[in-house]
Amino acid sequence: MKDVADCHVHAPAVGRAVKRLEDPALLTGKGRYLDDIVLPGTLHCAFVRSSVAHARIDRIDVEPARALDGVHAVLTLDDLMPMLTSGRMPLGASPVADRNSSTPFVLSNREVAYVGEPIALVVAASRYIAEDAAARVVVDMSPLPVVTDAIAAMEPDSPTVRTEIRSNVMSSFNVGYGDVEQAFSEAAHVFSDVLSQHRGCGHSMEGRGVLAEFRPGGELCVWSSTQMPHDLYYMLQTMLGLNQDQVRVVTPDVGGGFGPKYCLYPEEIALPAAARLLRRTLKWNEDRRETFISSIQERDQYWTVEVAVDADARLLGIRGRLVHDQGAYAPKPVNLPYNSASSMTGPYVLPAYSMDVHVVHTNKVPVSSVRGAGYPQAVFAMERTLDLIAVKLGLDRAEVRRRNLIPPEKMPYTKKLKARSGAAMVYDSGDYPASQAEALSAAGWDDFPIRQKEALAAGRYIGIGVANAVKGTGRGPFESGVVRVGQNGKVSVFTGATAMGQGLQTALAQICADELGLAPDDVTVIGGDTSKTPFGLGGFASRQLVTAGSSVHLAAKSVAAKALKAASVILDVPQDELELRDGQVRRRTGNQTIALGELARMLRGAPGYAFPAGIEPGLEASVEWRTDALAYANACHVVEVEVEPDLGHVELKRYVALMTPAG
Amino acid sequence: MKPPPFEYFRPETLGDAIAILDRTDNAKVLAGGQSLMAMLNLRYVFPDALVDINNLFDIAGVELDRDRIRIGAMTRQRHIELDDALYRSMPIFREALKLVGHRQTRNRGTIGGSLCHLDPASELATLALLLDARIEAQGPAGARQIPVDEFITGFMMPGIAHNEIVTAVEFTPWSPTHGHAFMEFSRRHGDFAIASAAVLVERDDHGVVTDAAISIGGLGSTPQRHAAGEALLLGSDGSRDAIEAAVEDFGALEMIGDFHGGAEYRQSVARVMLRKALDTALSRAAQKRGRLNA
Amino acid sequence: MHEVALLVNGEARRGSVEGRTTLADFLRHELGLTGTHLGCEHGVCGACTVLVDGASVRACLMLAVQADGAIVETVEGLARPNGDLHPLQDAFRETHGLQCGFCTPGMLMTIVELLRENGAPTEAEIRDAISGNICRCTGYQSIVDAVLKVAAEDRGAP
Repeated sequence: MKDVADCHVHAPAVGRAVKRLEDPALLTGKGRYLDDIVLPGTLHCAFVRSSVAHARIDRIDVEPARALDGVHAVLTLDDLMPMLTSGRMPLGASPVADRNSSTPFVLSNREVAYVGEPIALVVAASRYIAEDAAARVVVDMSPLPVVTDAIAAMEPDSPTVRTEIRSNVMSSFNVGYGDVEQAFSEAAHVFSDVLSQHRGCGHSMEGRGVLAEFRPGGELCVWSSTQMPHDLYYMLQTMLGLNQDQVRVVTPDVGGGFGPKYCLYPEEIALPAAARLLRRTLKWNEDRRETFISSIQERDQYWTVEVAVDADARLLGIRGRLVHDQGAYAPKPVNLPYNSASSMTGPYVLPAYSMDVHVVHTNKVPVSSVRGAGYPQAVFAMERTLDLIAVKLGLDRAEVRRRNLIPPEKMPYTKKLKARSGAAMVYDSGDYPASQAEALSAAGWDDFPIRQKEALAAGRYIGIGVANAVKGTGRGPFESGVVRVGQNGKVSVFTGATAMGQGLQTALAQICADELGLAPDDVTVIGGDTSKTPFGLGGFASRQLVTAGSSVHLAAKSVAAKALKAASVILDVPQDELELRDGQVRRRTGNQTIALGELARMLRGAPGYAFPAGIEPGLEASVEWRTDALAYANACHVVEVEVEPDLGHVELKRYVALMTPAG
Repeated sequence: MKPPPFEYFRPETLGDAIAILDRTDNAKVLAGGQSLMAMLNLRYVFPDALVDINNLFDIAGVELDRDRIRIGAMTRQRHIELDDALYRSMPIFREALKLVGHRQTRNRGTIGGSLCHLDPASELATLALLLDARIEAQGPAGARQIPVDEFITGFMMPGIAHNEIVTAVEFTPWSPTHGHAFMEFSRRHGDFAIASAAVLVERDDHGVVTDAAISIGGLGSTPQRHAAGEALLLGSDGSRDAIEAAVEDFGALEMIGDFHGGAEYRQSVARVMLRKALDTALSRAAQKRGRLNA
Repeated sequence: MHEVALLVNGEARRGSVEGRTTLADFLRHELGLTGTHLGCEHGVCGACTVLVDGASVRACLMLAVQADGAIVETVEGLARPNGDLHPLQDAFRETHGLQCGFCTPGMLMTIVELLRENGAPTEAEIRDAISGNICRCTGYQSIVDAVLKVAAEDRGAP
């Protein structure tokens, strides 16, 4: 069979700058974000949230709120329990999805452990009224000791962030390899540093949001502004005790994710449960104040790093302690501090490594993945350590890095650590020293001392910094890709991958169109609808194009092959005389053609009629391309800044970023 | 983040507006609303009634005479920013207004609303203090003029009664040869300033400072005049030493810290802003004087 | 309740609102014009920017009742009735001036006002104009490029 990739009538769309398919709707105000979806009879929700960091709840009086005109219900956990199999959330994004004493509650009715923790759900005719009512709910609380410092929280006599746990240390583990003790005993120099990395938020422009549509018969359709529709689909089945056919999850246009929408939240269970309880359709949009206190946050990491180097500043070993402030709960497994600890060695050769990781609760908003999911923190720790070596030994900071970067001749390079899938970390390709040299040259690294001298003479303070990183991308285990030709010859792609602005629809349409000899405009892409795709994971870890792209690529190839095979049978023309062009299978010589739409109609079958011999029904293919390996991208950034000491103001003067995609 | 319920009034005359305020408990005046609406959405304030004065077109507009600038309270900030005649007379207005929020908030926000909101970092309040503005307010008993230092009574507390409405602000323009500067520092453009410094100066042909006004915003609970600095500058040659003396002598100024920065940090920022503002204003004054004589 | 009559994107619209209903909620939920987005509801992010009597305003910081008698323009009114994109929308698409698209309507309306005032803004003027509109995806560069492009095209440059 001839490779269908040769059969383009259109110029290949992959590799060409095409206009995004998403844009016309988004540019004209016709995007459909969660709050844009209007369903008849929708009621609107607001949450009563804790205003204190730690307290026992003595009494919740909802009566003053219920009495307000327009209020349909004010619900606590007790009210929702008949609809739930558990009042406690299972672990999200986890292979086991079990509960433990660190997962959050759907609503809290005994104790609150951070400002923002949801206590009650108000259902009203409008969000305005729901907020009026929420302000009338009286929560009597007795204050409990507040733990804010993760280091102090590890002390045996520290109060606990929740009375149900005996220790604030949620988990302790070591990440390492090699003989660290020996490395330090043989070192020419040993240096140490303490690094604190503060908290931050994700803050997508669109907050989170849930719309739970109650359908006659008790089925639910749940729209959520999430990165993880399938995880929510599975969780809803478990938490609400529903069969797979009783619930559907759809991700509408998502106004940014950045990690916080990778988590599943109490609100995403509370609303569907309340919808079933009240037999009504309910909507909740997180407002900006709620984002600040209830969407997961990032970091608060305290690193103590010791480094051993030889006389030439070559790394021999790193050991230390990483205290990760987890906040009050852990909605997911501890993958984020694991990411940090396991990626610290980055693009460098490090013979021995030992990092003790402590995941510690505090009375703050829970922490999970935000933009880089622990990796940037590790890069910061490593690069500061390399700077320290350079400063202490009086060496150029770039030179210290050059001596320790993995040389190109060692590629592919197997790290002595495992990714969280258990797969080996194999850096597939790259010339890290060359990348650094190119970035330094573009940034004028070598001339910097002259510039600095001139600036100082003029009373200006400038500085320069360099950092290298390696980031695993394309995280598996798979993503689904279904390619189906419709009755009109247009092609639809269905995938579990979800987009939060990446232009995934366009990219997948490009891939699919090229295999079928179509233009990207002829392809529609539907991502994140559990009724359209049986399996899927979602949007995270720079992986949609690698995983969903590969599945769609293979599925489209398979559809193309099937179209040729079916056309060969139907037209009675040898397959090698056929080609796919412009939505048709045609004979290379002569004018016999059959349109993809017609093929689709024939392959859908008709009751009792003949079916093309030797052809499987349906002009479609479904592929779940599997991978455990990650593709490792390399980056080198150089920045020159000016500091105004009396203002504490830092201005970027020059920023060079060099990125080598995983190969 | 939706406003709490309130009764809404939109009077067509000033008299009606005052009458409604007079008879209504816990009413707030809605001018441009660029602070009040945010506070309502955040439910920081719970007025029983809002008296919207956006239909009081009579109290909007800029009037410029030889010895008087009169700006109606409902004049939009953007209007003041873009007023060319005002810019030619007192360019500090445009310089200050460019720092007020963003174009979308300046399109709605008013000078009267900003003065009555009286944020410690308010550029317009800092400017009013600098220019010894007279604030005109009208109540059931009639109109009165309030000197700005009496109008600013404390943290976000304008010196008017609940049934009074600010109708206009009057300023006395400085001579054509004055130098000006309005400098502020904030982490992001359009944010409330950590600290700001506003300066007006006049110099004679020998460079001697013959008049000086300095106002500091953001540092304390209200904008403040830096009287000690003005005194040090007056009669000086406007040299670097004179600037440093004025920058150093912060003893009489109130300094307050918050989570954006401690008092010491704010003071450091205020000093940098003042140094830059004095430097700019003094050299502008010298240039203008030079041009006049050329 | 208050009666509101206004002209939205050239069309006479009316509605009945509570005094406290914001213009943004009125446009979105009463008039069904959901292109105007709410990102912060306290006047910081700019996602809800619309033009009222030609001036860009935060629709979250204005009451619907205050727009009675006003001429309001929203993102839905930018493209031509036949569906052709406004040149600015075209330029955004060309330069990838958007990713998730949530800030885009507010960006567009702010820039429409800027370009009506100043057909040839400098990069600094563009950055100043959009300083009250937050975008978390693009890093702004591609948005600035879009404005420069449409301004250049307007002057007949290639």
